[in-house]
Amino acid sequence: MQKFKETVLAPFLFVVALFVLWELICRGFSIAPTILPSPSDIWVAMVRYWDPIVSNSWQTLFTTLAGFGLAIVFGLLLGVFIGWSKTIYGALYPVMIAFNAVPKVAVVPILILWFGIGTVPAILTAFLISFFPIVVNVATGIATTEPELRDVLRALGASKLDIMRKVGIPRSMPYFFGSLKIAITLAFVGSVVSETVGSNAGLGKLMLDAQAAFKVELVFAALVALAVLGIVLYAITAWVEKRMTGWAHRGDNQGV
Amino acid sequence: MKIGAPLVELKNVSMVYGSGQNAVKAVDDLTLTLHKGEFIAVVGPSGCGKSSMMKLISGLMPVASGSLTLEGKPISGPINKVGMAFQASNLLPWRTATDNVLLPLEIVQPHRSQMGSKREEYRDKARALLESVGLKGFTEKFPWQLSGGMQQRTSICRALIHEPEILMLDEPFGALDAFTREELWCIMRDLHAQKGITALLVTHDLREAVFLCDTVYVMSDRPGKIVKIQKVDLPRPRDIEVTYTQHFQELVQELRSHIGRH
Repeated sequence: MQKFKETVLAPFLFVVALFVLWELICRGFSIAPTILPSPSDIWVAMVRYWDPIVSNSWQTLFTTLAGFGLAIVFGLLLGVFIGWSKTIYGALYPVMIAFNAVPKVAVVPILILWFGIGTVPAILTAFLISFFPIVVNVATGIATTEPELRDVLRALGASKLDIMRKVGIPRSMPYFFGSLKIAITLAFVGSVVSETVGSNAGLGKLMLDAQAAFKVELVFAALVALAVLGIVLYAITAWVEKRMTGWAHRGDNQGV
Repeated sequence: MKIGAPLVELKNVSMVYGSGQNAVKAVDDLTLTLHKGEFIAVVGPSGCGKSSMMKLISGLMPVASGSLTLEGKPISGPINKVGMAFQASNLLPWRTATDNVLLPLEIVQPHRSQMGSKREEYRDKARALLESVGLKGFTEKFPWQLSGGMQQRTSICRALIHEPEILMLDEPFGALDAFTREELWCIMRDLHAQKGITALLVTHDLREAVFLCDTVYVMSDRPGKIVKIQKVDLPRPRDIEVTYTQHFQELVQELRSHIGRH
């Protein structure tokens, strides 16, 4: 009951209160809907533009997940590769940092130049922005294997691959799943940014068009759709993390 | 436990970390013999190269000069005939106690290739070993569900499961409280007696060394050299009570007098 209160009731009430306050401010100060539409205006817009919102949400969801999927595959492979040896780690790390420091929105025009306006640049932007935390986390998890444990296995004649398979990779899994929560959020940002800069579909594009047509309530309706989508994606990833690496989240120590 | 023929022999061994100007001599002119079935301890001030010696014998580090042999043959690389346990238990948190103990069998031949067909048999063996050190009822628990002493017992079982020729213990009881430590001394004593293990214990604890071992080697400050070889003539089996006797105290004091910084 206490848990329900903390994790369901309290956040729900807070959100409701937030919207009520927003509504009251809009009405109380008679703020023009072209500046800040009230929640009820947004609701009306959502109902009215339901079809384009849903179809563009699917597009954004698709590009986000495709980019995220690529990021998982490449992030895992590159992370294992970098964690494999100190030399590789040392050689690639500065490049990775430099790469990550480049704002990805600056890359989108290049991607559009190469692949044209459409789905591909959005997927690639989502991928480029989200694979870095996966790589870093996997590599860190592997590189921080206890030296004593390494010695135990090496003394038994274990090869580097053995140590990686038995210890390195499993022990990096909590880092990996932890990074997914960050990566999915970033992939989402990447998709929307790319859609906003140059695309023919997606919530980003919808917002851009709505803004150009001065349909401010539709801009906000799309914003709400983005928020909902973001929460759902994050929640799914967090749930997967908890399921996959329960051993790393032991909570109360039940030791004897 | 009867002491047999020499198993590991170090003659005038030295070992160096790094190279060129940065080279640090970890051990120097080390001569030591570990006989089959013997339980020896190496004691000395911290940083004297005790752990380096373990790396030498397990083949993880090469000798710089001198000779190091196992059953007469020089050791030149990892020899899979050793089991190791450290101060930290280093158990894998995603595996149960039994599965942690199984780990060496997944590496060492011929068990490695039989893991598929004989997995249950090996699990039974691991379970029996865990039960023999008093972990009945805890074999399917995860490391974080075990106390420090239990984790350490599991770690020792992991070091023993592949029936190594030499058991190497690097301060395995160092992080435990005094009562648990004495409990584990007795478990170690019994394992040694029942299985005829040959063991090398690296420790700071002189009482531990005298209680468990047949021979205690005292090392000097870095670079480590053997400055004293003390036979322990206390009859086996030894009970904890023996640690309160006059003779035991004398042995400990004698060893203490050979360790630097009086």
